[in-house]
Amino acid sequence: MANSKGRYGDFGGQYIPETLMNEIHKLEDAYEHYSKDPEFIAELDKLNREYAGRPSLLYYAEKMTKDLGGAKIYFKREDLNHTGSHKINNVLGQCLLAKKMGKTRIIAETGAGQHGVAAATAAALMGLECEVFMGKEDTVRQALNVYRMKLLGAKVTPVTTGTMTLKDAVNEAMRDWTARVDDTLYVLGSVMGPHPFPMIVRDFQSVISKEAREQILEKEGRLPTAVMACVGGGSNSMGMFYNFINDKDVRLIGCEAAGRGVDTGETAATIATGTLGVFHGMKSLFCQNEYGQIAPVYSISAGLDYPGIGPEHAYLHEIGRAEYVPVTDDEAVNAFEYIARTEGIICAIESAHAVAYMMKIAPTMSKDDIIICCLSGRGDKDVAAIARYRGIDLHET
Amino acid sequence: MSNRIAKAFENQKAFIGFLTAGDPTFDASYDNIMALINAGADLVEIGIPFSDPIAEGPVIQAADVRALKGGMTTDRAFELAAKVRSQTDIPLVFMTYLNPVFKYGYDKFFAKCAEIGVDGLICPDMPFEEKHEADGAAKAHGISIISMISPTSEERIKAIAESAEGFLYIVSSLGVTGVRSEIKTDLAAIMESVKKYAKVPAAIGFGISNPEQAAKMVKLADGVIVGSAMVRLVERYGGNAAVEIEKLAKGLADAAHGV
Repeated sequence: MANSKGRYGDFGGQYIPETLMNEIHKLEDAYEHYSKDPEFIAELDKLNREYAGRPSLLYYAEKMTKDLGGAKIYFKREDLNHTGSHKINNVLGQCLLAKKMGKTRIIAETGAGQHGVAAATAAALMGLECEVFMGKEDTVRQALNVYRMKLLGAKVTPVTTGTMTLKDAVNEAMRDWTARVDDTLYVLGSVMGPHPFPMIVRDFQSVISKEAREQILEKEGRLPTAVMACVGGGSNSMGMFYNFINDKDVRLIGCEAAGRGVDTGETAATIATGTLGVFHGMKSLFCQNEYGQIAPVYSISAGLDYPGIGPEHAYLHEIGRAEYVPVTDDEAVNAFEYIARTEGIICAIESAHAVAYMMKIAPTMSKDDIIICCLSGRGDKDVAAIARYRGIDLHET
Repeated sequence: MSNRIAKAFENQKAFIGFLTAGDPTFDASYDNIMALINAGADLVEIGIPFSDPIAEGPVIQAADVRALKGGMTTDRAFELAAKVRSQTDIPLVFMTYLNPVFKYGYDKFFAKCAEIGVDGLICPDMPFEEKHEADGAAKAHGISIISMISPTSEERIKAIAESAEGFLYIVSSLGVTGVRSEIKTDLAAIMESVKKYAKVPAAIGFGISNPEQAAKMVKLADGVIVGSAMVRLVERYGGNAAVEIEKLAKGLADAAHGV
């Protein structure tokens, strides 16, 4: 047996029950094989182009650039993908892998419902049975996405344990997987969990920065000053960062959900408030108490409402390659409204966290600077919640 | 330290009971553990509650919630174990998840185990490949890290069994902890493979709740572990579960001991 793999510095690893170990090794082997298999690569590429709608646009936000009066602003439009977020990039890859491995069923956790919808979509397309675990709290916050998943033929299981949010959905998905390793692949939605998930998800999401890098060189003839994205577990941000990591002059900025503020205790900003720990299969940073009990976290955004962060992000933070900043609910909601009014784009409340920080730094930068901000998803799902945040109760009769 | 564990399996099949520290209170869990011991348990697993126990079914999850709500902490669990240790010589092992141990500090945690007389640690989320995490510190203080083998372990059994300390925890079924009416795994085949490589005894757990099942399991293995069935009594009887626990444990211990 090999030694512990999948380490980013000291972060990462495979801290999971024995029952899953052989399966996770099988997944490593399958991925190792198929990620180099020309047929698999071609198949996935075709799905990405003809089903998901890739490449996604790199859009120059001229009005925001003028209005903010600093750096030139581009949006990487993952919100325009099929299913409305970057999550499709990962699920097409993992579901294709599940098929190749002979699995007949996939399971997934979801917070905002974006990953659940994407997983249900890919499962429908590829003829896989699909069950999505979702915190009960989130099924209420994101009722529309629950119904979308059901329309797509998936079973949605509300999770009533713990804080009834994303971390509890992950717990339940892991529990289900230990009971059905034979026919099931756990399609993890973020760059987290035990190796090889952080690597697999990062690889499938790295298409974001692969395209963005080519697109910006084509449009501007030079690399951006900064790329930025929101960070929960960290999949769209890792996708946005990955192909820029070696471009040392490009700033990588991750925007965490600070909830009501990093000092309020009602926050999900892991880099800002977390400490080293071992949870959900990985060594990384987590919001936790002095005894290592995982802390309840809070954010207006169900997709960022997670007490940990992927191990590669923890590593990029540790070595100082990427910066991580907290963004409050209030700032995110303001950004959500601003980008809608200014550019005619209703983005996901998750993505609005990145937009909010961009609105802060763009004016401080020069006109020669370029920022690429990842719009990880579209905001239809959030409209009712934003209205509520503003004290408006929406009813469709 | 591990002498105590070895001794528990020496002349008989072992009955191992599990209870969560602080469920629903410190005092009640002490009484319940003592009831287990009075009934003839050969080894007790004391669960240190964790906020997110991914290997547990609903019964033990609920126990963790009750215990944490009641103020149980790692330090309080040490106090509880010390109180139990003052009354008994049977081996005690902690069962918890890696994060509480990691956060406490491996060296500090195992030093405290040695000081108090806790003989081992079971961590369902520390598989063979990650045992190096805590192995050095545990060895330095003479504490056994108990390894698990599951129905999916297959060719992994050799390496796990060969390096096992204390005893081996054989997981009877796929999935999480909890009472099961039937166990379908080919445990005889697994035990055959385990016995080929292991130098320590092996006990079967997950899903076992009654004396009939226990009697069946000790025909295959050196011991039997019962957790959820005990904890279910705490769920039902709250702070007054000790009598019921003693009753159930007596039946299980007798079944294991062939009485």
